[in-house]
Amino acid sequence: MSDLYAWAAIGVISLASTAGDVLLSYSMKRVGDVGELWKRGGAPAVAGRVLTTPTFALGLLAMAVAFYSLLFGLSWGNLSLVAPASASLTFVFNAVAARIFLHERVGRRRWLAALLVAAGVALMAI
Amino acid sequence: MTVRKYLVLAGVAVFATVGDSLLARGMKGLGNVEISLPNLSGLLLAILNPWVAFGILLLLAFFSCYIAALSWADLTYVLPATSLGYVLVALVAHFGFHEVISWTRWLGIGLIATGVGFVAAGPSITPSHHGEIPDIPSGTVFPEAKS
Repeated sequence: MSDLYAWAAIGVISLASTAGDVLLSYSMKRVGDVGELWKRGGAPAVAGRVLTTPTFALGLLAMAVAFYSLLFGLSWGNLSLVAPASASLTFVFNAVAARIFLHERVGRRRWLAALLVAAGVALMAI
Repeated sequence: MTVRKYLVLAGVAVFATVGDSLLARGMKGLGNVEISLPNLSGLLLAILNPWVAFGILLLLAFFSCYIAALSWADLTYVLPATSLGYVLVALVAHFGFHEVISWTRWLGIGLIATGVGFVAAGPSITPSHHGEIPDIPSGTVFPEAKS
């Protein structure tokens, strides 16, 4: 039964952190190259643009949900299962989500990389 | 991709891993903290622990590098870089502290490094094929930025 809880937590963590990554990436693409922005207006210009992007706050919220789900997940399952399983799944979910929502061209090269990194992260935790 | 951008990506990998390690080290020193309202003050006091405070500082540095990288590179380009930190920690543990690393970990290190190599050899940003995110030429001055 606690296994089921642990996997449910892993699912929520991976989905929430994918949502957070996608929202942050979307926001930062709207903000534009922060290096360029910094040259023109310094730190206040960068902070102003980032903080006034509404999807940025949503991204942070999703990240917070992922973080607290991880805390709960760790109380239901082992650290050696929950942390690597959710990190691995997040890589795979992100490749799918980046293609669907961000219209990134996830070609064979990036798919292979997502799967290799996901497998590598899982192996390192064993 | 300029040298400065590679440095930001290196910051993403290093700050996340070192920050996490410092937090773990600091929280272990505090013992088992139960997460509940009466213990809230205990949790808030945790940031007074120097390990925890420095860990949080590094995680803030990680987050700054991460969102900076996302402003000029694809999510599927930046993410694999974040996992390079695991590899760095394992290498430092092995060659610096002579820790024994199991063959499954070496295999994991190899897979992560190969994956990151695959992505790094490709373009850092791909054009959006639906045009939902406008392709803004660098150097464009936005009306709100001028005021």
